[in-house]
Formats: sequence, structure tokens, C-alpha cells
Amino acid sequence: MNTPAKPQLIVIGNGMVGHHLVEQLVEQGATQRYAITVFGEERHLAYDRVHLSEYFSGRDAASLALSTSEYYAEHGIELRLHEAVTAIDRDKGEVITPQGRYAYDRLVLATGSYPFVPPIPGNDREGCLVYRTLEDLDAIRAAAETAATGVVVGGGLLGLEAANALRGLNLDTAVVEFAPRLMPMQVDSEGGELLREKIEALGVQVLTGRATQEIVDGEASRHRMVFQDDKVLETDLIVFSAGIRPRDELARDCGLEIGERSGVVIDDNCLTSDPAILAVGEVALWNNSIFGLVAPGYQMAKVAASTLLEGGETFRGADMSTKLKLMGVDVGAIGDAHGDRTPGARQYRFLDPIKQQYRKLVVSSDGKRVVGAMLVGDNSVYDTLLQYYANRIDLPEDPAALILPAGGEAAPALGPHALPETATICSCHNVTKGDVCASIDAGAVDLGAVKGATKASTGCGGCAALLKNLVDHELESRGVEIDKSICEHFAHTRQELYDIVRVEGIKTFSELVNKHGHGLGCDICKPAVASILASCFNEPITDAAHIPLQDTNDTFMANMQKNGTYSVVPRVPGGEITPEKLMVLGQVAQKYALYTKVTGGQRIDLFGARLEDLPAIWGELIEAGFETGHAYGKSLRTVKSCVGSTWCRYGVQDSVGMAIQLEHRYKGLRAPHKIKFAVSGCTRECAEAQSKDIGVIATENGWNLYVCGNGGMRPRHAELFATDLNDEQLYRIIDRFLMFYIRTADRLQRTSVWRENLEGGLDYLKQVILEDSLGIGEELDRQMQAVIDTYECEWANAISDPEKLKRFRSFVNDARPDPDIIYTTERGQLRPA
Amino acid sequence: MTIANAAAKTMTQTWQTLCTRADLVPYSGVAAWVETPEGPAQVAIFYIPAGPNTSQPAGQAQELYALDHHDPFSNANVIARGIVGDLKGQPVVASPIYKQHFRLEDGQCLEDESVALRTWKVSFKGDEVWIEA
Repeated sequence: MNTPAKPQLIVIGNGMVGHHLVEQLVEQGATQRYAITVFGEERHLAYDRVHLSEYFSGRDAASLALSTSEYYAEHGIELRLHEAVTAIDRDKGEVITPQGRYAYDRLVLATGSYPFVPPIPGNDREGCLVYRTLEDLDAIRAAAETAATGVVVGGGLLGLEAANALRGLNLDTAVVEFAPRLMPMQVDSEGGELLREKIEALGVQVLTGRATQEIVDGEASRHRMVFQDDKVLETDLIVFSAGIRPRDELARDCGLEIGERSGVVIDDNCLTSDPAILAVGEVALWNNSIFGLVAPGYQMAKVAASTLLEGGETFRGADMSTKLKLMGVDVGAIGDAHGDRTPGARQYRFLDPIKQQYRKLVVSSDGKRVVGAMLVGDNSVYDTLLQYYANRIDLPEDPAALILPAGGEAAPALGPHALPETATICSCHNVTKGDVCASIDAGAVDLGAVKGATKASTGCGGCAALLKNLVDHELESRGVEIDKSICEHFAHTRQELYDIVRVEGIKTFSELVNKHGHGLGCDICKPAVASILASCFNEPITDAAHIPLQDTNDTFMANMQKNGTYSVVPRVPGGEITPEKLMVLGQVAQKYALYTKVTGGQRIDLFGARLEDLPAIWGELIEAGFETGHAYGKSLRTVKSCVGSTWCRYGVQDSVGMAIQLEHRYKGLRAPHKIKFAVSGCTRECAEAQSKDIGVIATENGWNLYVCGNGGMRPRHAELFATDLNDEQLYRIIDRFLMFYIRTADRLQRTSVWRENLEGGLDYLKQVILEDSLGIGEELDRQMQAVIDTYECEWANAISDPEKLKRFRSFVNDARPDPDIIYTTERGQLRPA
Repeated sequence: MTIANAAAKTMTQTWQTLCTRADLVPYSGVAAWVETPEGPAQVAIFYIPAGPNTSQPAGQAQELYALDHHDPFSNANVIARGIVGDLKGQPVVASPIYKQHFRLEDGQCLEDESVALRTWKVSFKGDEVWIEA
């Protein structure tokens, strides 16, 4: 295939950077120019080392792979895996492997680095391992099988990752660090202390300031580590993760220039002292620095590809700012995080010992620019700080606001509009705001298309949120009509439909679609309109006019499960239930062979109910005094409570009583999405009210109200809305808050997202609800009162109506149950087969 | 299409009565048990009333549709419990489990062209619902 005239390009190394180089070569057209051969020492094709620890939490080698052999074949690149280059013969222009000699015209070293193992006597004992490759991980896993304890030597980034991996293998884990604190490169002593507390809280022992003198036979365990102060630590398994060293031995042996300590010296074009040879990644030493992160390696790969094509791109160093989540603990370091490289730098520091968060902001001597930052325990401000740093944006008047908790005032988050065109959005692929804008101008119309065109956010993914914000902002500012119509049947938003229904008093979907839309409707607009109608008029959702609008869960007033059966959740207000009622639940579950599980909302879910059994099940439940729990509805779910002052030594108010009051007040209220409440009897907050749409926390003087919290996929802390309320005040504010949400939210928009999109934010919401700035307070009160006054248990309504019960037949013409629903048993209960 | 259907149809397929208009739910579906020459089938019957004061799109005359009740994506028998509507004027039902849309006319899944639900001929005779199966 290759014409003899094509010069030979050899790449040694197929790690992340080596592979990125190949991608860059392909992208920049080097396959036309060169015949390319890639040597990889490992058996595996390049894989994602950044996420290596996931290998222990379920990801396999294939899913970590960055590419496929097909990709290489497709581009005519010869990939020689499991073939280590042992020497370079620069005189002949050949690389030598155990399999043979291969001629090159140009050569790229992408050999990466190896884990440094400190020269401790005994470091080569069996069970002393490193953490770098998939094979290392396999060895650790194998050794862990017969081990009870493990020690990681090295408390840096990789060391903590390794510790987490050992923990995941159920080893009693300790980290031994030579420096006086963990992650000495990234954090200072205060941050290090906090980090230690957090890591220790996860059950990992942390020993800092310990130099291991030797490793000998243990008494209770396999090894005994002896420290400088003659203290000892016994363990079955040792993983060294004490930094990396460039794999520069090939370069050394063939006489290329090597740095003072190590690393292949390169210039701005990634050329070594031999212009035929380039080096990229962790083996390369640029300006006396080794870059041990993937993003600078990728930049070098891009530059090297360009150099090979006489492109003239240059490497100008790289930002080593980094954001990590280690064992669930956020750590971030930006620029000059220690503030010791910037003359006259000043530092702001904030430490929250309760939430265990530490933030440090380093600003220039004139107080105008961010020169560095350090975060432990919470990276939420990382992106904003990085943008200030990387783009040299002028600091706000009070820079401290950038690291102080939001409190009453919103933190001055840096929106995408504030960024200059040159702002780097994705540092893995070096994508700027300008690149993103250019891709949109070139026709990328959504986030997916922008990612495809620019590769932004396809590396470590840390910039995903920022990228989405930017894309949304840019699309909108280009007047890309972001069509907010609810669906093709109505040229209206949900809010507009709500207003139309209210103003015109429209009570059915058919009237609405005939007057203001067209067609039959669909699974988007029908449930949305059904919800609006229910919020406004509260007619039973199973009435003939409404039943075809409902999602199956509302239609059958139960939650459909994956095998077509339903789960049944009776209301248990406040989570309080009598033994008698508890027994009824047990009897019903037993009689109808239902799987039972306690829910997070303090009630009991009965699974596996067949469609045709639902009326009989509810007949018995209603007989025993139960009501429907609306677990199926976009409506009030539960009001969770702690036991409160009635029983608890610390409670200051009757949280259970209040929870029951609230649950009865708002039960059956239909809304754009489900609504969860909780009431805690004191500030210890055992009911977790701050993770709910409505959270109520008792004070000595009454109740504090929190709003717009969320758990689930995107947790959000509820915000304090009003304090020291009496019962009546609390009801009124919640009435108005919920009705305003129902009136203005989008379909399927929880209060948390609604709040985040609400222009004017919390202040505006307070004005509307607490100060009645729109003058709609009384109207909202009336609307809520109407819903409360018309409450009726939907199940009680349905089982008293033979017409409605017809809907619950398995087959209209046959009484047999669906024979395809098959169960097996697990842990003493049924589950779908 | 027509030819394939004709070939698949066995000589023994016959019209049989299923239920009455009162068993149906306008703008929605019900499930029926149908004995066919190939064995029993669970069939979803959808009813979109035509005529004045209905939401039937212009030129849409068909009132009854019969599709397989079995949802190939979840393997549960639930299609009759989906929401009925139309997309670009074509009547569809959305699976209540994973929300794929199936065209009522021919069972074609709009999200995956390799998937289609089986359909049957169904019509009113007076107030009785008849199916050819």
C-alpha cells in the first residue's frame, strides 16, 4: 500500500498522549505524508489512565480503551502492541525491538513515565507493587485476594487514587506520606489537615511525615514497614505511588540531551537535540519542567504533529491547574496555589470547619487579578476561579466574595458571556470559547454537534457544565429560535397554556386543543394539560374527559414497573402509622403476593400488583382508612419528618404534627413535577429538609422555611426563605410559593431547576411571595384554597364508579390475568423473572 | 407491504367479534384477548372517534386500530396503556414504559425503523367491534 517514497514515521509509546498524537497526525493529514508505525509495550491499546481506578469499580479494559485497532487499520497505521522498543540506533536510523529492526525517518518518543519506587531496602518484596498500568491493577487485585491490609506509599494525587482502589478491594488501607501533609504539591497545611480529616473519615489511616527506612518480614502481616523514628506499620500489601519519573532510558542510551535529573529535553516544537526525533508527554522536559497531566501532553501531541508537517505550532507551557475528586473529596489547585511564586501576592482564606470546606484565593499585589487558588472539600467555585485566572479577568471590588459561601447574596458567578474569545473552555483538547463559537457559526446547532466538531468536553469532562452554558448562551444570543412551544400541537409554552386555561376557564383538553392548538395531542402536551387542569379545577383525573390525557401511572393511579405490573403506595402522612394499619399493609401484601419495600419518603411500597387486582387492593386499603399516596403523580409525594419534640430530647417543635398537617393540606395538589417536603424538629435536621422542594426546620420561635432543594441526580441545597414563622404564616407562604411555581414552571421542572432559571433569583421570589410585589398574593391564596377544598381521594372516587373500574380489566373480553407476567423469588419475596 | 401482508395471512383468518363500543375508551386503548390460527394474541385496540366535535385530524376517517399489545422494548404487555396522539398528523401510541412511538396505522416504531408492531384489521359493525384474526 505504502509507496516506497513515503518517509517512515515511528511513534514509540501508545499511552494517552501517544494515541492523541496519532489522532492529531490523522487529523492534520500526516497519513498522506508518512508511513506510520506505532509501538506499544503493553498488550492493550491506549486506554484512559485518568479513570484507571474505575477498573476496580466495574469498568473493564475494553471500556477504558481510547480507540480500536480498526481505527488504526482504517488510517493505514501499523500498530505493534506488546512489542517494546529496546534501543534506538541513530546512526542507522533504526529502532530495535526483540522482534527486529525498523527504519525511521522521523521518530517520536511518547514513552511516558514510570512510577518512582523509593530506594528502600525490601521494596522488591513480593506484594510490593505499583499503580500505573492495567497489568499493575491486575497484580494488585490478585495480591489483594490474600491480603487484609494495604498501604500506599505516597500521599499525592495518584497515591490517594491508589488508596481508594485498595479500599474498594476491601483492604484496611493506610497512606504513608513523606511530606508533613497529603497532596503537598496542591494544598497547604490547612488544606492538608482538612483533607486528612476527610480521608480518615472514610476509614483510611493517614500517616504523614513518615520516611520508610526498610521493609522486613511482619509478625501479624506479611510485611513490616519501619519508619525513621523506629515506629512500625504492618501490612499485607504495599503500593508505591511516590511520583513519576520520565522513561528516558532509550533517549539516554542513544545520546539525546537529557535534563539535569531526567527527561528528554525538547524545544517549543517538541524537537529533541536530534531534529529527526521528537518527544511528547511525560517523558519530555520543556523549559526544565515535566508535565504530569494529560492536557499538556495533548497539547504537545498537537504541536508535534504540526512540527512533523512543518506547521509551525509551538508549545508554550501549560496551565497545571487541576480539579479532582479523590475518594469523593473535592480538591482543586489553580495557578500559584501556594502564593509563593508571585512576589507580593496576597491571600484570602476561608475555612468552614463544619462543612469541611477550605478555600484560598491568591491575588496579585495590586489586588486586580487571580494568580492562584486552592480548594479542598468543595470545587463548586473552581470553574469561575479558573476563568478569572486563565483569562486575567479583573477581580470584583471585593475578591473575597469569590470564595465566601453564597449566603444571602448570590456569588458573582462568571457567566459565559463574560469570557473573552480566547478563554479556554476545554483544556484537554485546548478548545477556546472562540472555537466553540466558530463551530456554532459553522452549523453546529446543539451541544452534541459542538462536542463532535470541537471535541470539547470529551476528555476529562470537567468542563461539561461550562460548555453547556456557553453553547446555550451562544445559541440564544444568535437568535437561534429556541422553540419553547410545548410540542407540535400547541404554539405555546406551558406557562401560556396555564394562563389560557385560567383566563378562559377551559376545562377540557379537547376544548383547549380545538381553540388554541391542533391535532390529537401527544404524550408531551396531554399529561401537561391534564396537570394544568387538575391544578386549576381539581376534577378527578379519571373522569372520562381527562383519562386519555394521563400517563399510565395516573390512569391507573399506581406506578408502572418494568414488567407492566404496578406498585401501590398508600399515603402515610408524616411517616406516622399505627400498628393496626401497618398490619393491614402486611395482610394486603400477603394476600396479593406483593413485594414490599420501605421508601425513602417514609412509607411502604407494594410492588407487583396486577392491573386487574388494583381495585380490590384499594378496596381493602380504603376500608382500613388509607388514602391514595399520589406516588404516581406529578404532585405532592410525602412530607418526611423526624420524631420531633414529642419524643426526641433535642426537638423544639412537634415536627411530626406539622408534617401531617402539611401533608393533608397539600395532598392531591398537581404540579409541573413531583413535590417533596420534610419537617425537622430541630437544627440537627434529621428529616433532611434542606434536600426537599419545601423544607421546614423547627426553631425555638417557630419554623424556618427552606425552598427549592433537591436530592437525586442534581442535588441542590434548599435556600432559607423565611424564618421564625408561626403555623399560619408557614401555610400561607407555602400556599403562595407552590401556586406561583405551578403557574410559572415548565413541564417536568422541579422547583430546584425552576428556581435556577428564575430571572431575579431568590430575591425576586421573596419579593413576589413575601412582599406580594406582583399583587397576586390573594389570588394565589384563593387558588390554593380551592384545591384544598376540592380534595378527594382518587382511589375512593374510582372504586365507587363501575364505569371507571372497567378500565382495570386485564382484557375487555376475557377475565384471565396476563399469563406473561412471571415471577421468581429472591430474598424471600417475589420479583419479576 | 400489501403483498407481504397478503402472503402472511393464512386462509383460516376470520372476522370475529371482540367487544362493544362501550368497552372502548375514546382517545385511548384497551387490551383484548384474541384467539388466532397461530395461537392466542394480546391485542391493543385504540379508538379515536371521528365526526363533528372530535379532535380527529382533517381527512382522518379511521376510528379503530388494532396493534400488538406486547411492547418489544420492555417485553411487557402494555401498549394499550400508552398515550394516544399524533405526530406530524400520523396517529401514534407512546409506549408507557420507555415512550417509543408506534404508528397506529401500521405499527411502525418511529424511533427505530427496524421495529414494527403487528397490526390487525378491526372495525365497527354497529356498536360491535370486530377483528380479522
